[in-house]
Amino acid sequence: MNSRITDRIATGIFYTIAAIMVALLLYLFYFILSNGVPQISWDFLTSPSSAYQAGGGIRDQLFNSFYILFITMIITVPLGVCGGVYMAEYAKPGKITNFIRTCIEMLASLPSIVVGLFGLLIFVNITGWGYTIIGGALALTIFNIPVMVRVTEDAINSVPKELKEASLALGITRWHTIKTVLLPYAFPGILTGAILASGRVFGEAAALLYTAGLSTPTLDYGNWNPLAENSPLNIFRPAETLAVHIWAVNTQGLIPDIREVANGAAAVLVIAVLVFNILARWLGSVIHKKLTASK
Amino acid sequence: MQAAATKESIFQVNDLNLWYDDYHALKDVNLEALNNEIYAIIGPSGCGKSTFIKTLNLMINTVPGVRMTGEINYKEKNLLDSRVDLVDLRRNVGMIFQKGNPFPQSIYDNIVYGPKIHGIKKKSELDEIVETTLKDVALWDEVKDRLKSSAMGLSGGQQQRLCIARALATKPDVVLMDEPTSALDPISTLKIEELMTELKKKYCIVIVTHNMQQASRISDKTAFFLHGHVVEATETSKLFSNPEDKRTEDYISGRFG
Repeated sequence: MNSRITDRIATGIFYTIAAIMVALLLYLFYFILSNGVPQISWDFLTSPSSAYQAGGGIRDQLFNSFYILFITMIITVPLGVCGGVYMAEYAKPGKITNFIRTCIEMLASLPSIVVGLFGLLIFVNITGWGYTIIGGALALTIFNIPVMVRVTEDAINSVPKELKEASLALGITRWHTIKTVLLPYAFPGILTGAILASGRVFGEAAALLYTAGLSTPTLDYGNWNPLAENSPLNIFRPAETLAVHIWAVNTQGLIPDIREVANGAAAVLVIAVLVFNILARWLGSVIHKKLTASK
Repeated sequence: MQAAATKESIFQVNDLNLWYDDYHALKDVNLEALNNEIYAIIGPSGCGKSTFIKTLNLMINTVPGVRMTGEINYKEKNLLDSRVDLVDLRRNVGMIFQKGNPFPQSIYDNIVYGPKIHGIKKKSELDEIVETTLKDVALWDEVKDRLKSSAMGLSGGQQQRLCIARALATKPDVVLMDEPTSALDPISTLKIEELMTELKKKYCIVIVTHNMQQASRISDKTAFFLHGHVVEATETSKLFSNPEDKRTEDYISGRFG
């Protein structure tokens, strides 16, 4: 009787905690979206921000966010996947591997403002680039690589051992086994991880404050020459992202419609991250089904 | 007996000892497997029979902390010599595992996986390999119309036969089987056993089995393993009808194991 009551109490506690979590999330979404969505309009999304007058949009910030995300992933994914393959397949258990693992975990848990200051030192000052997109992307890479390494390692370790054995027993080399069996099978997991990491990059502000900067030059979206000063594709220009913009408007904005812009930008940001997460789950399950389906 | 004299020796194992770190798993194992014969390895769980079969294609090397002494001669070449080319060895010594483990790809792609990576590119040649190996494992008639559909849709027994076909596709001389029917129903088991009898005309087969009836039904020679030792290794008919060692007799009569 006693153990039955404890069991019931435990069940109740877990349900309550789950309910609190869901309620908190729903309230947060409701709060951000109900304040922000009314501010979002086509005009808001497609006009440049203004420094003093009301009615500025977030066009450049939105573009910058996606562009920095893109550049970051181009750097992060190959490095992270290679690192994960190394950790899963090549690293021998021992002191050195444990040391590497500790380093990776430390890197993942660095406060992003510290990474930002480190970026300021290395990518802004020592290189002499100033505030740049590439500097921001490299700073974001620093704390995204551990995530990608971890995700890849887990995905590869979750490939059934029998498949790996089957390949090795056919006289296939380790590299070919990784390439033709392990990576394709681990792909949904790696993709999901990459998209989830994207969500994090998209919402990051602190690491970008001192690396990609707080301003954006006047951009000409017709200019596709990546070397031109006013080209949106130039990676050596400063770029204020959406998350940074929210922070900047709130702390040092001079426009009269601070609240509206901040709320609208926050809603766009939250929606984007939400879409990333849903996309990750959906794509992961679709590909997994395709790989393992019976017909 | 005249035929037996001309059979080629494929594996000759001399005084093989194996340790997993400090655990002595195989002790002074001596065995000889001939071409066109089925060699059955029997023994209770943990006696080292699976460990032993994995040494024959050096899959055992994927286990960390393994150490071996002695000789495993494959066609007069010692595998414990560090210069052995694993790719060549495993192409020639195919292995079938307990459970069918096809890749989550089409039936066709499963079979051409090995040959393709080993350098066969011509479509006609690959097609031919698929057809002959599937016929060898008596699966051709069942799947010839759906070669492009996923191998995961096959039944357990079909999957296991597909895996045998996949192993045959790299043109081995030996097929190692590690309890190939332990996860199958009796009818599928029977099919695999018939298949083995057929395959031994072309290959040397070494099979680990839990099932003593299976060993006595299909094999030419049987080795009884116990605690890492080979207790008795001889003609199957002799081992089952007139075992020399008391422990063999106890085991095959079901007194332990």
